[in-house]
Amino acid sequence: MFQVRIHGRGGQGVVTAAEILSVAAFLEGKNAQAFPTFGSERMGAPVTAFCRIDNKPIRLREPVVAPDALIIQDATLLHGVAIFEGLTPSGFVLINSPKSFAELDLGAAAKSFLPDHCHTLPATKLALEFVGRPIPNAGLLGGFAAITGILTFDSVAEAILSKFPRAIGEKNVAAARAAFELMTKGTLAHAQAS
Amino acid sequence: MRKQVETSRAIAETIALCKPEVICAYPITPQTHIVEGLAQMVQTGQLSNCEFINVESEFAALSVAIGASAAGARAYTATASQGLLFMAEAVYNASGLGLPIVMTIGNRAIGAPINIWNDHSDSMSMRDAGWIQLFAETAQEAADLHILAFRIAEELSCPVMVCVDGFILTHSYEQFDIVSQADVDAFLPAFEPRQVLDPAHPVSIGAMVGPEAFMEVRYLAHHKQLRALERIPVLSEEFERRFGHSTGGLLRTYRTEGAETIVVALGSVNGTIQDVVDDLRQEGSSIGSVSIGCYRPFPLAALRAALGHAERVVVVEKSLAPGIGGTLATDVRTALAGSGIPIFTAIAGLGGRAITKASLLSLFKKAEAGTLDDLLFLDLNLPLIQRHLDREKQQGRTGPTAENLLSDIRALAAQIG
Amino acid sequence: MPATTIKFYQTGTFTIGNRLLQEEGASVQSAESRPNVLTSGHRACQGCGEALGARFALDTAMRAANGQLIVANATGCLEVFSTPYPESSWRVSWMHSLFGNAAAVATGIAAAMKVKGRHDVRVVAQGGDGGTTDIGLGCLSGMFERNDDVLYICYDNEAYMNTGVQRSSATPTAASTATTPAVGPHPGNPPGHGKSVPLIAMAHRIPYVATASVADLRDLEYKVEKAMRIHGARYIHIHVPCPLGWGTEPSATVKVARLAIETGLFPLFEAEFGEVTERTPIRHLKPVEDYLKVQKRFAHLFSGNADPQGVAAIQNIANSNIKEFALHA
Repeated sequence: MFQVRIHGRGGQGVVTAAEILSVAAFLEGKNAQAFPTFGSERMGAPVTAFCRIDNKPIRLREPVVAPDALIIQDATLLHGVAIFEGLTPSGFVLINSPKSFAELDLGAAAKSFLPDHCHTLPATKLALEFVGRPIPNAGLLGGFAAITGILTFDSVAEAILSKFPRAIGEKNVAAARAAFELMTKGTLAHAQAS
Repeated sequence: MRKQVETSRAIAETIALCKPEVICAYPITPQTHIVEGLAQMVQTGQLSNCEFINVESEFAALSVAIGASAAGARAYTATASQGLLFMAEAVYNASGLGLPIVMTIGNRAIGAPINIWNDHSDSMSMRDAGWIQLFAETAQEAADLHILAFRIAEELSCPVMVCVDGFILTHSYEQFDIVSQADVDAFLPAFEPRQVLDPAHPVSIGAMVGPEAFMEVRYLAHHKQLRALERIPVLSEEFERRFGHSTGGLLRTYRTEGAETIVVALGSVNGTIQDVVDDLRQEGSSIGSVSIGCYRPFPLAALRAALGHAERVVVVEKSLAPGIGGTLATDVRTALAGSGIPIFTAIAGLGGRAITKASLLSLFKKAEAGTLDDLLFLDLNLPLIQRHLDREKQQGRTGPTAENLLSDIRALAAQIG
Repeated sequence: MPATTIKFYQTGTFTIGNRLLQEEGASVQSAESRPNVLTSGHRACQGCGEALGARFALDTAMRAANGQLIVANATGCLEVFSTPYPESSWRVSWMHSLFGNAAAVATGIAAAMKVKGRHDVRVVAQGGDGGTTDIGLGCLSGMFERNDDVLYICYDNEAYMNTGVQRSSATPTAASTATTPAVGPHPGNPPGHGKSVPLIAMAHRIPYVATASVADLRDLEYKVEKAMRIHGARYIHIHVPCPLGWGTEPSATVKVARLAIETGLFPLFEAEFGEVTERTPIRHLKPVEDYLKVQKRFAHLFSGNADPQGVAAIQNIANSNIKEFALHA
């Protein structure tokens, strides 16, 4: 089972991101379960969503306590909530930020992470460029596909298209593709550097 | 047809396949997405021949369903928590009149204190109202049970509640096999009421009954529930043959053959329990679990048969009878009366508190080791409790309990590094 | 009700020989073939205004619907005295709802008829003042707002009679009830403006609202007939004296109801879409004393140490009704 935890704020499409991931997994013939932490609807409040992916039916009903991947849609959350709690030793971290992972200065929290599993991505910038709205989820999903290899880009793209009206969907796919390519180059660079 | 959607959407689509004629509901978290889905389908015409009525309260919702059902229409509504209580009078009215209404309950805690998250206190509050209460273990079952519910309801002339864990199931995005219209039509014939408001054959429905006949009327309600115990397994089997999904039934056993410890629970927590059972079996434990699918009527005989060989039973339940212990546990005790099998009650998950694999693992190990209290509250924050009890001892006007606990949580968290 | 020119053979009364009218203008009750929806054998008190009003209203509705009528009835006197198990006096498809949801149950019945294509079947909901002005107001407002195709009839005897004459929001100023007894420094129901459900109905701008009384039964029938020609939410509020609860002579029910009209305390009017369209002017204006003095529930207003302002306050209510609804002839 591969477990993903997505952090962000209300209105940034965190829940939709988890749902898209689950649809992408479904399209690849996998079982997937996506759900948010639930609270009263409110823009700007911290929101967490989860996605479990497995090849067999998923029976588990607890929140994801040991994520294999973290997607952080809003960097202002980094020093608040215990956002990295439970990340597995070889877990992936993808943060929406124009800064590099090192520049974010996550200090002690990041010491145990695998360097080549930790990335940042200017997803908001990509969203503004390709979609015209600062909703970073599509870009982050493209980046997620690239760094984890858990899902193919094509599945993610098709899942995005199933979630939005045609025109908006295609713009989001473009943002995801740009992120995917950026991350693919980046991981190559990482690998070459190490 | 397979698709990945929110459970509430799958429920709505499945209900639409049942061709309801009148849908009337009042919004309450966490049932909203189900009703919104149905509203959308009626608006677009995907669900045709259906009157969708936006009512002004839950009491109105079930009242409209009662009127519609009495007039011969297949009626559906949904609610949770406070809403179920607000319609309580109508809940008894519907079963007393024998109207085959199907109602989804998005299981949610009841206030005060107000809480929108999952537990079973709402449907538990109506457990003796004479409705059949089915509990969904999985998201697929949450959708499927509605088809079974209409069939059972109309055959027995008895309303049915389909209980679906709020948020945990209702808001989960999963894979579904949405069944076909043809299969539903074959399984669920058109509604033929036992009694109906028909100008051509006028009858008076809802008369007062005095001491001379009320005992008999109530005995017949009891008899109806016993009949349901016989019919539910039969109809569930027919359902499985027709649709290929294992759905309903009185209860399901998981690895209980030869199990020394058997866990009993209602609803979605059974999924997590089964994962823990697998882990413990791997370690050599003799443990299994029973998921009760039909809570009312309560399957006394079937449960006794399933648990009869166990050395101990652990009931994990999302409900509480304050001052007594468990609500489900009390029924389990009735089933095992005279057997001598010790029953442990773990009250868990109230108000949406997560029930984790780790906690269950520890709980079941303690049960096996014989170190479990008869009654316990899983993962209770004891320092928080103690602070409050101390406060009550020291002060007269302590203020609202909920407020105090919430600010204590912050204070305690600040203490912990 | 529009005027019909006929010759009176008896003066000083309102008797109109039905044989003098065209058949369409005759009372439903005058026909041998009347539906008798609420037939004899029910357990109502002698002189019950509600039984009288219900019989006239429902026979009219039944005839207007060509027999295709379904009735939802709230808990209350009418429901209790008409269906003592194992008997029923109803000769119509009838359902006892609950206390506060007759309007909602009727909405459900109407929806079922609509979905089944039974456009010929009409639905009536009925209840007393308790079940309408108090506990049933939420469901009633919902039915109004949605413009559901239901005619709601309220039989207003101004208190919770079936449970022992307790005060409702329809109980008039100063009336003595079991929960507003005529004792102490302020006997009877405290003064207030009351709760006019006809005005509340008008505020919803439903197609038809009317008040009626058992003092003018042809007018009552006329209004029910008119309502039955309309589709959508409709409301008729009928004033029905209760000999037991009001402390009046059982044989005086119609007379007492007429006094309520003639004093201005119960205005007769019709409204459509929120505007008053017709009113019945008062032919012989009477002072409120004439009405109050024949009811034991107002006896304390006339005792030795009664507050002289008591009756005056009620006269003020009558005067403002007359002004508001232009009831002067």
